Amino acid sequence: MSETERLTPDVVRHLAGLARIALTEDEITKLTGELGIILDSIEKVSEVATPDVPGTSHPIPLSNVFRADIPGKTLTTEEALAGAPDHDGSRFRVTAILGEEQ
Amino acid sequence: MTTTDLTRLTAAQLGEKITAGEVSSVEVTQAHLDRISAVDGDVHAFLHINEKALETAAATDAARKNGENVGPLAGVPIAIKDVLCTLGMPSTAGSRILEGWVPPYDATVVARLRDAGLVLLGKTNMDEFAMGSSTEHSAFGPTHNPWDLERIPGGSGGGSAAAVAAFEAPVALGSDTGGSIRQPAAVTGSVGVKPTYGGVSRYGAIALASSLDQVGPVSRTVLDAALVHDIIGGYDPRDSTSLKDEWPSFAEAAREGARQDSLKGLRIGVVKELDAPGFQAGVTQRFHEALALMEGAGAEIVEVSAPNFEYAVAAYYLILPAEASSNLAKFDSVRFGLRVNPVGGGTVEDVMAATREAGFGAEVKRRIILGTYALSAGYYDAYYGSAQKVRTLIQRDFAKAFSQADVLVSPAAPTTAFKLGEKLEDPLAMYLNDVTTIPANLAGIPGMGLPMGLAPEDGLPVGIQLMAPAHADDRLYRLGATLERMLESRWGSPLLNSAPDLAKSEMFGAESGAL
Repeated sequence: MSETERLTPDVVRHLAGLARIALTEDEITKLTGELGIILDSIEKVSEVATPDVPGTSHPIPLSNVFRADIPGKTLTTEEALAGAPDHDGSRFRVTAILGEEQ
Repeated sequence: MTTTDLTRLTAAQLGEKITAGEVSSVEVTQAHLDRISAVDGDVHAFLHINEKALETAAATDAARKNGENVGPLAGVPIAIKDVLCTLGMPSTAGSRILEGWVPPYDATVVARLRDAGLVLLGKTNMDEFAMGSSTEHSAFGPTHNPWDLERIPGGSGGGSAAAVAAFEAPVALGSDTGGSIRQPAAVTGSVGVKPTYGGVSRYGAIALASSLDQVGPVSRTVLDAALVHDIIGGYDPRDSTSLKDEWPSFAEAAREGARQDSLKGLRIGVVKELDAPGFQAGVTQRFHEALALMEGAGAEIVEVSAPNFEYAVAAYYLILPAEASSNLAKFDSVRFGLRVNPVGGGTVEDVMAATREAGFGAEVKRRIILGTYALSAGYYDAYYGSAQKVRTLIQRDFAKAFSQADVLVSPAAPTTAFKLGEKLEDPLAMYLNDVTTIPANLAGIPGMGLPMGLAPEDGLPVGIQLMAPAHADDRLYRLGATLERMLESRWGSPLLNSAPDLAKSEMFGAESGAL
């Protein structure tokens, strides 16, 4: 089964929910087609990804990356809030965290 | 010396003249600001011009007069890709979601440039969050190729490449996740280097795909790239992937290379899979001429095979969206950037979804959804897991190739600059532009793009890519400088001297077949 068949508008709608993007119906339709074509072409990775090949997550692996436990310069509250869409002077301000049904 | 002449000089030459007191940093900076005023309406390389550029230049001049030792590029202007955080200047990464956002800190590379006395000219245009090969995915309109304003300047760092190619800046910074420094260099006739992964700090570079991203220099000459690399490179405790290598002077490597008459003893590997029949004829022709030139200078040309490169683009378009979908989760309408309140209000999640819908462009949405899919339960092993295995296979291909050759070469891009709009509606065709550059990112090795002539069929620049083993960036500068000198002596002048003079006319046709 090719990805074009597997990837339905409902799947794209679900993914958009997970990614927190309020896609329009037009965007969902367009993306369903485009992503199907892209997935068909990138599926080929499985052709050579046999069980004996280990995965690489980092091109030049480093381990135990620590620094000395010495306080450095950090952002002030003012600096941290400077780019925020809304704040009360000491905290980021947002709308309701929970919806009515929650 | 007229101000036009100053914009034609290299960063190395400008640094020397400023040091010798022949010209001030203020004069040099003003000349570049004037050039930007004259041509950037057509080119659109810049998203923001630093209002304090002349002030910084004056401070550098004063420091020099006081006898302070200010380094080889002190007073020289530089353009900064908008993916890098800069104090006092907006840093948008080409996205609406960060429009007008001024970061509370400098990227390490930017701080190092300031410490070395360079003058930041402004921020350059790019595909949104560095997703693209043409700058057409910038939320603020595309950049135009200085060789032909109707064509793309490459991407994502088309703004930085166009800025140096249009003589608006002698040098610039870029970032390269799958070719965003090297491919724009190829299509604009400029030079760009993606360093070894971890060789240059990523702190303050707005992350696209953290295991692939690398910041690097953009310039018109190999030596200038090396001088910038020397300043920005080296260990940074703020980047946990930063390497603690003691790097040699890349400028010294470039100078050595430029003096070198012979390439005797150097084994140059041609990657069979990247010398492909589907490439534009003029690209293949110039590439084989460059090989012959290097062979004539004593290099041993060997063919190497990298059978798994065939899977590189596919693996890249799984790994990149997966990492990007995670990295871009921070744009949540809470701490920085845009906030859009949906009609009738809603919870913070509704606000987040409305903000991301309004703030992200089509390509960003496409890749976030693709990455979310590739990482979702049931598909993770088949997609992301398999792509990571391909990454191992590509590293093995490189290891084998570098046992047969000191440096690998390929065309830096499969075609010359295409027309704006030509591939915008075909994402897959756009993705294939990076077929030559992606393998280096997957393996973490360094690569350089530099001009190798004009394609006879359209008179547009074509680039060659040099690749070296991880940690051996100096080989790129040594060979790059030798090849640059040999090519320029064949051409009679640097390639960019043949580019149209934008200040005279905005409509022109590229000269064809001269080289």
